[in-house]
Amino acid sequence: MRDLIEKYVSKMVRAGLASADAPLFGGVDADLVWNRSDARCADLEAVIQGLSVNSLLFCRPAEPYASIVEFLARQALDEAGDGPAAIQPQDCETRTFLHDLPVIREFSVPDIIQNLKRRKTVIIPGEGIVTWGTVSPEQAYIFFSSACFACFVKFFTQYLKDYREACLVPEQLVVFEKAMGALNSVVQPRGGALPDLMTGPFENEEAVYAAITQAGRATVDYQLVDSFFGNVSYLYNNTLYISQTTSSLEELEGCIDPCPLDGSSCAALTASSEFTAHREILRRTGKRAVLHGHPKFTVILSMDCDRLDCPMRGQCMVRCPEKRFIGDIPIVPGEVGTGPWGLANTLPPAMEGRRGGIVYGHGLFTVGQEDFREAFANLFEIETSCQAMYLKLVGC
Amino acid sequence: MYGWTGAILHVDLRDGTHWVEHPDAELYRTWIGGKALAACYLAPSATLPWNDPAMPIIWMTGPLTATPSPSSGHVTVMTRSPLTGTVGDATLGGEWGTQLKRAGYDGLIVRGRAHHPCGIVIQDGEIEIQDARGLVGLRTSDLAAHLKPLGPFVAVGPAATRGVRFASLVMDGPVTVGRNGLGLALSAHNLQFVSVRGTGIVSVADPAGLEKASEDIQRLVAATPALLGEYGIGRYGSGAFYDLMVSRRMLPTANFRKTYFAEWRKVNACTGIQRFKPESVGCAGCSLLCQKAIGDGRFLPGFEPLAQFTALLENDDLDICLEACEICAEMGMDPLSAAGTLATYAESQGRRLEGEEILDLLYQISVGHGVGVDLARGSLSYSEQHEVPQFSMTVKGQEIPPYDPRGACGMALSYATSTRGACHLRAFPISHEILRKPVATDRFSFEGKARIIKIAEDACAAADSLTICKFLMLGCSLEECARSFTAVTGLETTAQDLLRVGERASYLERILNARNGFTAKDDTLPARFFEESGSSGNQIEVPPLDREVFRQSLANYYRVRGLDADGQPTLQGAAALGLDLHS
Repeated sequence: MRDLIEKYVSKMVRAGLASADAPLFGGVDADLVWNRSDARCADLEAVIQGLSVNSLLFCRPAEPYASIVEFLARQALDEAGDGPAAIQPQDCETRTFLHDLPVIREFSVPDIIQNLKRRKTVIIPGEGIVTWGTVSPEQAYIFFSSACFACFVKFFTQYLKDYREACLVPEQLVVFEKAMGALNSVVQPRGGALPDLMTGPFENEEAVYAAITQAGRATVDYQLVDSFFGNVSYLYNNTLYISQTTSSLEELEGCIDPCPLDGSSCAALTASSEFTAHREILRRTGKRAVLHGHPKFTVILSMDCDRLDCPMRGQCMVRCPEKRFIGDIPIVPGEVGTGPWGLANTLPPAMEGRRGGIVYGHGLFTVGQEDFREAFANLFEIETSCQAMYLKLVGC
Repeated sequence: MYGWTGAILHVDLRDGTHWVEHPDAELYRTWIGGKALAACYLAPSATLPWNDPAMPIIWMTGPLTATPSPSSGHVTVMTRSPLTGTVGDATLGGEWGTQLKRAGYDGLIVRGRAHHPCGIVIQDGEIEIQDARGLVGLRTSDLAAHLKPLGPFVAVGPAATRGVRFASLVMDGPVTVGRNGLGLALSAHNLQFVSVRGTGIVSVADPAGLEKASEDIQRLVAATPALLGEYGIGRYGSGAFYDLMVSRRMLPTANFRKTYFAEWRKVNACTGIQRFKPESVGCAGCSLLCQKAIGDGRFLPGFEPLAQFTALLENDDLDICLEACEICAEMGMDPLSAAGTLATYAESQGRRLEGEEILDLLYQISVGHGVGVDLARGSLSYSEQHEVPQFSMTVKGQEIPPYDPRGACGMALSYATSTRGACHLRAFPISHEILRKPVATDRFSFEGKARIIKIAEDACAAADSLTICKFLMLGCSLEECARSFTAVTGLETTAQDLLRVGERASYLERILNARNGFTAKDDTLPARFFEESGSSGNQIEVPPLDREVFRQSLANYYRVRGLDADGQPTLQGAAALGLDLHS
């Protein structure tokens, strides 16, 4: 258990989610272990005893998340008055998995327990975020990361809206400046140069596995995905090689499923939930490589629509009737997976003849003809463009 | 009261009388329904022999049954198992539970032995005990012709009448449901069938809230590859797991002497789907449609019977597998235990069974002919009788399902701790060890598994109390289910509250088993898994389980569960859950 906890503490730091000394991570099988000693351990042990969990994470996020989470949390408390408060991001990850992000006023063991009984996270202004896992500390890490991502998207979405309506408040401006300062130091690693990914076409399985693994790791390195979600695939020999569901893009070794496309095997049952979308994208575009990430400003701009009178307002993520674009990249509605409103049905047709496609509030899919160099370049360029476009929209 | 009808029907078969109990609201709040409520009602009688007329057979629906909450139409049936002597229970799908609820009852409790074979017919508030002597010995497809006009039914087949210890129930025709020998338990009461039809409506406190919760659940289901993905059970049925077990080198083969079946392509779900092009059908209120009807009244077997009648017996003929499943369905036998018993027999004979021999032996078991008389008592009894107990791949006397424990340590632990004998559904660890839901865990490690299995057992018990389909839990969690529960009942409830209900039910089952003499010595696995390797390959090593690490993990489980070192419930553990250890 200790090894697992250390692993996810390390990932939090590498992902820029927390400073090295911030996470307080506890794991319990028969006995409880912490990654470090802290005055809060006793209180958090009481939280663990009040829940049926096997891990608990308490951590103040690193910048820019810290200021953003703080701002949104205080705003949620102000709006809630004496009632229960929650941040309610509208991105796909939150809608699908987190639902909302409860906020409490102070570090109170009973209040933490009460909120974690019904949700995966609870935010305490000035303190940090508490999350849990029932199967693995990895869950706590994912929930923490997803909460940071969701708050980031919500803050910048709201900032754009308030800027247009000329109702920004001073605190918002301060947080915005702080966030942009932190962003400039992380969003373009290696001076903005692209990674030197393997050159295709790949003509044996070993090369395919290596190329997918390398592309996944680069996507994480360039922070083009939140926590580790996203997926990567390559078509070779009528088999789609694709990252497994809930696999970490930075450690895909052993987590790539070969999916025969002749219908002879179900062994790819654990393939990414976007398997069908990948297959159809490749069929319609004639390409061989697909990369899917959750680049933040692409997600933020995908949710920027000024049609306030649209009859589908509020259902944009599944029923947007408009043909929307950011530059040459289409934006489509669509839920995760293959359901009636699944992106497996909405995205592939829109990507015909395109280098990429955006799913509303969710993320970006890009393609490469023979390898991931082109797909990654597309992913990076589109996100960089979206960031520049966003800054222009808010007068920077 | 919202969600529940507030009525439980009691039938006494000795004199054919019935009465309706109206439990107080506190009982519902504490036990909610399904498995937990059934265990509560079983407790006072749990030490009676399984065939004692006073031993109740309990059916319990859940608060979500017959509401629009997705995949919630299941019902628990519980009594003491004729096969294992433990708590014996099963969760049944179909439409029966929904109809019982619509008839106005949350549950049905049957006691007493009828003077002759009979059936219970429930039509809303009308209860009738019918003479069923003319139905005894009928194949279940013939039985269905008689019973279908009465509505959905649960019944027993000829195997139960003949005393087969692993006789199953059948539902609405030749479809086997339930392990643990529950069919024999019904037969002991001279109960041939229970049919039910109802027209009532279950009141929901917050229909809009339920609609929102249901949308959230459906969104998660659609996002889960194992459910509605390209290769998911929605398309292939649970047979979709077959190739995954092959690729993970954990498909029990040749009575667990191997964990890889080289002929898998001849019999896998893809082969069946391509050959029969089945229609997808499902339980009431479920969008998964995991059953695959092949047009002649038969279904493609789900993963467990498919694996048992192919790899476990080294049979590479899909037609033999289908016929074997059909015999089990027509005669009313649990296919997992039937195949497991045949695998023990085959190893004791030192040879592989030919296809026709498999079918002939199944028939002999079901009608009590030849060697079938001995085999009808199950693998453990047969192996002990013939002095080859090492060939019985059972836990607490129940045959192990086709997930080799050497390939998944959590599965190994959960087989051992299961309160009804070897069961893959008590903690459903393939969700994280194989299917990566909610996240992947290291399947070759016991690290952290004690608490994981304990929590998962509680979560599964909560799901069986609600009563929702276990497959649903691959997509959503108790968090979303709690919102459904709150919307239906109007009682503010959290995921952790539901876990507490599951924990209480799990602990009560440990208490009931302890009263019947079960101890730590029963929480173990056959020696083979500690002494022999599986079939390594494809860069996967399948070593034997480390006995010491297993013992330590079991000891950790006892601590986490609040049991003593012998696996026995304690006063303190019981009190913490509001249970009385001795009454």
